[in-house]
Amino acid sequence: MSTTTTTEKNNHFQDHLMEHHHEENFFTKYLFTMDHKMIGKQFLITGMFMGIIGVMMSMLFRLEIAYPEQSFPILEFFLGKWAPDGVMDPNIYLALVTIHGTIMVFFVLTAGLSGTFSNLLIPLQIGARDMASGFMNALSYWFFFTSSVVMVVSLFVESGPAAAGWTVYPPLSALPQAMPGSGAGMTLWLISMTLFIVSSLLGSLNYIVTVLNMRTKGMSMTRLPLTIWAFFVTAVLGVLSFPVLLSAALLLMFDRMLGTSFYLSDIFMGGEVLSYSGGSPVLYQHLFWFLGHPEVYIILLPALGISSEVIATNSRKPIFGYRAMVGSILAIAFLSFIVWGHHMFVTGMNPFLGSVFTFTTLLIAIPSAVKAFNYITTLWKGNIQFTPAMLFSIALVSTFVTGGLTGVILGDSALDINVHDTYFVVAHFHIVMGLSAIYGMFAGVYHWFPKMYGRMMNKSMGYAHFWLTFITAYGVFFPMHFLGMAGLPRRYYSNTAFPMFDNLADINVLITYFAIIGGAAQLIFIFNFFYSIWRGPKAKQNPWRGNSLEWTTPVEHIHGNWPGDVPVVYRWAYDYSKPGAEEDFVPQNVPLAEGEESGH
Amino acid sequence: MSAVSIIVLVVLVILTLVQVMRISEISSEIQKGKDNDVSPKDNDTQGRLMLLVGFGFIISVVVMYIAWGRHSLPEPSSAHGAEIDSLWNLSMLIINIVFFIVQPILFYFAYKYRGKKGTKATYYEHNNRLELFWTMVPALALAVLIIWGLNVWSTLMMPENEEEPILVEVYAQQFNWTVRYSGGDNELGYATVHEIAGANIVGVDTQDPASADDIIAKELHLPVGKPIQFAFRSQDVIHSAYFPHFRAQMNCVPGSVTNFQFTPTITTAEIRQNKDVKAHVEEVNEIRKAKGEDVWDFNYVLLCNKICGAAHYNMQMDIVVETQDEFDAWLKEQKTVAETL
Repeated sequence: MSTTTTTEKNNHFQDHLMEHHHEENFFTKYLFTMDHKMIGKQFLITGMFMGIIGVMMSMLFRLEIAYPEQSFPILEFFLGKWAPDGVMDPNIYLALVTIHGTIMVFFVLTAGLSGTFSNLLIPLQIGARDMASGFMNALSYWFFFTSSVVMVVSLFVESGPAAAGWTVYPPLSALPQAMPGSGAGMTLWLISMTLFIVSSLLGSLNYIVTVLNMRTKGMSMTRLPLTIWAFFVTAVLGVLSFPVLLSAALLLMFDRMLGTSFYLSDIFMGGEVLSYSGGSPVLYQHLFWFLGHPEVYIILLPALGISSEVIATNSRKPIFGYRAMVGSILAIAFLSFIVWGHHMFVTGMNPFLGSVFTFTTLLIAIPSAVKAFNYITTLWKGNIQFTPAMLFSIALVSTFVTGGLTGVILGDSALDINVHDTYFVVAHFHIVMGLSAIYGMFAGVYHWFPKMYGRMMNKSMGYAHFWLTFITAYGVFFPMHFLGMAGLPRRYYSNTAFPMFDNLADINVLITYFAIIGGAAQLIFIFNFFYSIWRGPKAKQNPWRGNSLEWTTPVEHIHGNWPGDVPVVYRWAYDYSKPGAEEDFVPQNVPLAEGEESGH
Repeated sequence: MSAVSIIVLVVLVILTLVQVMRISEISSEIQKGKDNDVSPKDNDTQGRLMLLVGFGFIISVVVMYIAWGRHSLPEPSSAHGAEIDSLWNLSMLIINIVFFIVQPILFYFAYKYRGKKGTKATYYEHNNRLELFWTMVPALALAVLIIWGLNVWSTLMMPENEEEPILVEVYAQQFNWTVRYSGGDNELGYATVHEIAGANIVGVDTQDPASADDIIAKELHLPVGKPIQFAFRSQDVIHSAYFPHFRAQMNCVPGSVTNFQFTPTITTAEIRQNKDVKAHVEEVNEIRKAKGEDVWDFNYVLLCNKICGAAHYNMQMDIVVETQDEFDAWLKEQKTVAETL
């Protein structure tokens, strides 16, 4: 096959490169590296840094929601002039909500999750010496880094950071007169996102090319670990949808800077009629959600891929229904492109479109249900090893089910009308997308930490981190369903303007307590992470007794990943507890024994 | 001061963690041979915790339903609202059945199949019939929900009227609502942002004869039992007119007019006698009394539900649903555009 020959040629070429191995200094090793493993770690550390900012912001606005318009010195400490006498300003409340969303969705759960694990695992698990283009890969990271810097800088501008919600709908985001956050902060937001999109495209193209062309001998598509399937499909989603967001962002910039009217029409503001005419704000929403909905799966699929791998390895069982799992990834990915309108049921779009989007949206529940049931069947009659990664993966299945179920309500246009933009939605997407994805990310970090740093993370701290996170996260988000059913809108600085919500105040206080404890629990993780990088016990080569190829590489990182030849693959990645085998795992590079059926 | 104490607190937390680490390190050195691997004892503990916390979560969901279920919106006050609520109840029933079956199984399996020494997992890679089964069951349940949902949706969006609906405009600006009644001709006069000036806040074109009998008001009065056709406009950013008690919501988009129609079925006076509403009002007033705030009486309310700027959280308008006679009397008191502009 032609792919095989290209792969071999490529490997020869890279073997050749390795002979000219030269000493590296700090800059070439840690900063301007083109090694996929180091780039993965760069994404992780940057993503974690952004995650700390994003989570701290949520602590601040949770404090405001629980105790509206009350004075807290801590608010003045962090927010300065935006919290005079410790009372949070409504504008900065909206800015915190906006930047929290932006950071968590894009910087942590897109770049931090997909960037980290696609980079680390694609070459290692398919048996390649590196990414197709190491340079593009490094470029992808540095665009992401620059984008993060711009986003952080935007927090400090005079008029405050972007504040129109993470979806930045115009005209609110387009007109600096509409709110302070739509001034310089919004410009920086758009610049940051543009850089981010470039980063994402460079990365995704690289992942796709690498998976398609650089698999080692014997690694057919149907023998790929599910992680790789998830990363691959995620990259395809990104390549197809991020350019649309780029165009949305560019047109918004034109409206802001060049006076065009793509999204604006008939606006009276600040005592005068503005000169925009003929545009439609709803056009922006179509463009935004054409990315925005696939984005949900760009976030979620890598987490599902990671948990598939972790659950199979630690149940010591093959993942149940491998083909159905791949099929459901593909089905979810396909459907994710034709459901974006369910975010727009109340924009006044043609009712017929609403019907179509309801239909396609509810269809997604079918492949999602298949995935959930297959995870549970994988646990059945397993021999479960409760590593912290495994705990997080099981928690992911729980949140995926809980959050997915409320999607059946929100996807139904007739029901969405009454809970659209209420806390019911906040509960839904935080549980199904936020928690599931962050659990997948934690599972990935705990599971592949030995591969990244050659050391083990502390198990007991991992357990403490897990239980505190699992309990408090449900404690934060589950009660929000009830707030939504009481009709409480999201993004309200204070609920005191409506006496009908007065009896919900207690629930909000409870949620804030859970949020603060849960946020503090993340310190355990951060401490464990950095402590273990330098002081953790040395890792064995294959600490979890896994089958996939990354565990055949030496603990110490080398360019090209394998010191000798690239391993050849003879079987799928899920031969756990196979009858007839001596151990309860059979790595992919072990040839079939005589008379052994390939099973899968 | 408190900033300093917070820094001190953070430092203390970190120091505590460092100490905890040291202790665990020392103790692990004492128990030589024990490394960081997951032991059968760990599997046992974590498996039991899975069962305990998992079922704790499921029970707490039941507790939340009991404790907070009553906070949900009272019975719908619009004709179509009843249909939405029936569909809502069926959907909730289905998802709760799935939730209370799947979650216990997940946590029970995690507990039941926790790793034990000397056991081996069962090699079980797929079962087409089983997979087909749990593809078809959700598909069937969803088919019901989709068909019913689309049915309700089309009655909402394309209502068939026996009588001509009353035309009312809801007008949004940062950060308040205005309403405009179409008057005797049931036709709204042409309006545009270019006409906005002084008292003419909604930009009515006074040259348009249809505008003369239009009535502009700051409170939304609706006659009970009459279909109301709403036209929504905004002059600046996107707002969303949210009528939770009527199960209705529609965005107000600058540059275009959006529509929604509903028929109020319960007057304000009647809903105040509803026992759920009474209990709600009582509960709220106890809280308000404790805080020294005014006593509240239930009113239907229109909220803004699309982020629109600093005072988004306080963009509201009272809605009064009344009998036809009361409505006519109220409308008569209002001044027409011809009188005011």
